[in-house]
Amino acid sequence: MAHFELDASGLLCPMPVIRTQDRVEELDSGDTLEVVCSDPGALNDVSAWCRINGHKLIDARQEDEQVIIKLQVLR
Amino acid sequence: MTRQIKAVSLISGGLDSLLATRVVMGQGVHVEGINFFTGFCVEGHTHAIRKKDRAKPKRNNALWVAEQLGIKLHIIDVIEEYKDVLINPKHGYGANMNPCHDCKTFMVSKALEWIEKNDFDFIITGEVVGQRPMSQRKDTMPVIARESGAGERLLRPLCAQHLPETLPEQKGWVKREQLHDFHGRSRKPQMALAKEYGFEDYAQPAGGCCFLTDANYSKKLVDLWDARGNREYEMDDIMLLKVGRHIRPAQNFKLIIAREEGEVNFMQGYRNRFISMKTTSHSGPLVLVDGQPSEQDLQLAARITARYSKGKEASEVELEVCRPVEDAVQMKVKPLPVSEMPEAWFV
Repeated sequence: MAHFELDASGLLCPMPVIRTQDRVEELDSGDTLEVVCSDPGALNDVSAWCRINGHKLIDARQEDEQVIIKLQVLR
Repeated sequence: MTRQIKAVSLISGGLDSLLATRVVMGQGVHVEGINFFTGFCVEGHTHAIRKKDRAKPKRNNALWVAEQLGIKLHIIDVIEEYKDVLINPKHGYGANMNPCHDCKTFMVSKALEWIEKNDFDFIITGEVVGQRPMSQRKDTMPVIARESGAGERLLRPLCAQHLPETLPEQKGWVKREQLHDFHGRSRKPQMALAKEYGFEDYAQPAGGCCFLTDANYSKKLVDLWDARGNREYEMDDIMLLKVGRHIRPAQNFKLIIAREEGEVNFMQGYRNRFISMKTTSHSGPLVLVDGQPSEQDLQLAARITARYSKGKEASEVELEVCRPVEDAVQMKVKPLPVSEMPEAWFV
């Protein structure tokens, strides 16, 4: 299990979701990924993507102008 | 052991694809969703940019639909491939720059690629015969099936009884009598079916989900192409067409004038790639200058910028003009009277 980070700031939805999806595709089950976004919509969208695709949503929060989502890949 | 039959459903986020998917799921088929991002999708971007829209509940309707249905959703970036669909539509455009027929064919062909790669059996769409003037006519629906290459592997559950039998019906994967015979522009059958399934909250886009169906947006896109002398575009181009007031005094340059705080914040991110202007003696909007303006053009752009500031009636307005990676330059100009701004400048 390893931890990875993805900077999706500057992208508007659904691009942060697409980048997250593509990165998760490359990871192994159990790996964790922290995604940083600037579009506030990513808080809902990346979280929803995570739930419907069966990954574990560890944390989803907004800090000032940033949205930070941490997930664990489950296959 | 019987192999599980699997289908992929084109999920737009609207009611029709929600229902079409649910109908097939109800027949024991494993369904996953697919959604294509062309860059012209209305939701998301606009909400993120415009401050007045931020108060509205914000969600990606395709993801929301998938969650309601309990299915996976694959969102595919087709921005680059979609350029050819928009620039060279075999079947032409609709009322605006919307190549709906070719767009649907393209999306079904991409879904076909996806099912072949992922060992799925057929494709579902929420199309209804007669619902849309371009892509959902009885005579165009078989053309989409044929030209996409999907052929009999394309099932439209909401109007299947008006169409020839497809492979899933022939093989007995779905029962034709449990599919529907919706047709025309009425939404009543869909609303009744939604009620039957217990769906109460669903997206009802008033003007479709694509900017290309919007007359004002299409006009700006055509203006961009005409000014450049070609039909190429980048993601940033199509994003900037979604924001601001666009004023083109000459073919070689135009101004993009922010209309509100959300647009100012969004456009700030482009100051490192465009000449930008901002009044300093009076409050006023951020302005980006797109194209190749001469020094004389910049004088005119500055006067227009001043016109949109609080100093529009002043005899002189001070501005800051920033070129990418250069120090800001101060200018003093007289605001351009409205009477000197021809209607044709307003894109």
